Amino acid sequence: MSSHAITADHEAHGHGHHDPNLQHHFAEMGQQFECSKIGMWLFLATEVLLFGGLFVGYGLMQGQHPEAFKSAHHHLDWRMGALNTIVLLISSFTMVMAVWSAQTNNQKALIRNLILTIGCACTFMVVKYFEYSHKYHEGLLPGAFYSYTGPHQNAEFVFFSFYFMMTGLHGIHVTAGIVVLCYLLYRAKQGAYNSSYYTPIDLTGLYWHLVDLIWIYLFPLFYLIS
Amino acid sequence: MSTHHTDSHHDTGHHLHGGPKVYGVVLAALLTLTIITVVASKIDFGSASANVIIALIIATIKATIVALWFMHLKYDKPVNGMIFASTLFFLALFFAYPYIDTNSRTDVKPSNWKGPAYMPDSGSAVRGIGANFPVAPAPPPPGAKPAEPAAKH
Repeated sequence: MSSHAITADHEAHGHGHHDPNLQHHFAEMGQQFECSKIGMWLFLATEVLLFGGLFVGYGLMQGQHPEAFKSAHHHLDWRMGALNTIVLLISSFTMVMAVWSAQTNNQKALIRNLILTIGCACTFMVVKYFEYSHKYHEGLLPGAFYSYTGPHQNAEFVFFSFYFMMTGLHGIHVTAGIVVLCYLLYRAKQGAYNSSYYTPIDLTGLYWHLVDLIWIYLFPLFYLIS
Repeated sequence: MSTHHTDSHHDTGHHLHGGPKVYGVVLAALLTLTIITVVASKIDFGSASANVIIALIIATIKATIVALWFMHLKYDKPVNGMIFASTLFFLALFFAYPYIDTNSRTDVKPSNWKGPAYMPDSGSAVRGIGANFPVAPAPPPPGAKPAEPAAKH
């Protein structure tokens, strides 16, 4: 990192002591934090629109094949979906507690909450793995790969196309979140974050809550159509 | 404890909001709403779309709670909330235009569909919506293999 050199530069110019995490183009830590946050919200806006396209497609196709969607959703186990919803909500709670721990300079709680969040995220992916492998073995696959031989309606493959695209894209986001959270854990163990600098924790938290927020919509749309 | 501790809140220009107690209550509310969604999905509210709308309303309440408390929008500078709100506005536009157009679209077919791409005989190809994609194709066009033979049972 060049931040040390920048700080040294600032001090050489007689600006006095600066937080080593303050980059030279920001006046003070608060400004740096708010700017980073705006950037994160803009990124989240693109994420909402990315998933938005799939939601629009889902809405249109559900409107065209309500019976097929209704009959196809019986292949999903709502208990698995509900379990995953609860796991993600708890992970959102531990994530916001990680932010709180960083804000209050509680290093131990920060590390504990990051580990709990990663644990919940991994649990989510394990449940997802069992769901996916069940679908795979039954031939309940998207588009041309649909090879289920039991009684079904013609357009059920459309449901599974959306199911795999949307939960798959969501799963990729969860996986990316796990990678980022592991990096935060690694840095947190080095004592990189404290009450005056916790921007990465806060921004990852925002990302993580958005992933949770998208699942909040995916769960009723796929598991609970009736 | 770092030596910055005393002036740290001043440093970030941030007053602390929320806290374990608030977040705990928020989590409890979200879990309760999850149970309500599941229960509501088992009740028949008259039509399929009524159930979907109720499920989406509950989901939107949950999403709002997450955005306000977990994502700190309640305490944040308005600019972040405005970015999010404008995103939702454009998402609404994105939803609106394809929906206006729904009735002029014909149905999609399975990617392994072997029948004719266009079936004027069904008489409703122009109106679309499932019309030229019968649930049980009868009779199948000569030489054409229905996509899912099992559907004939």
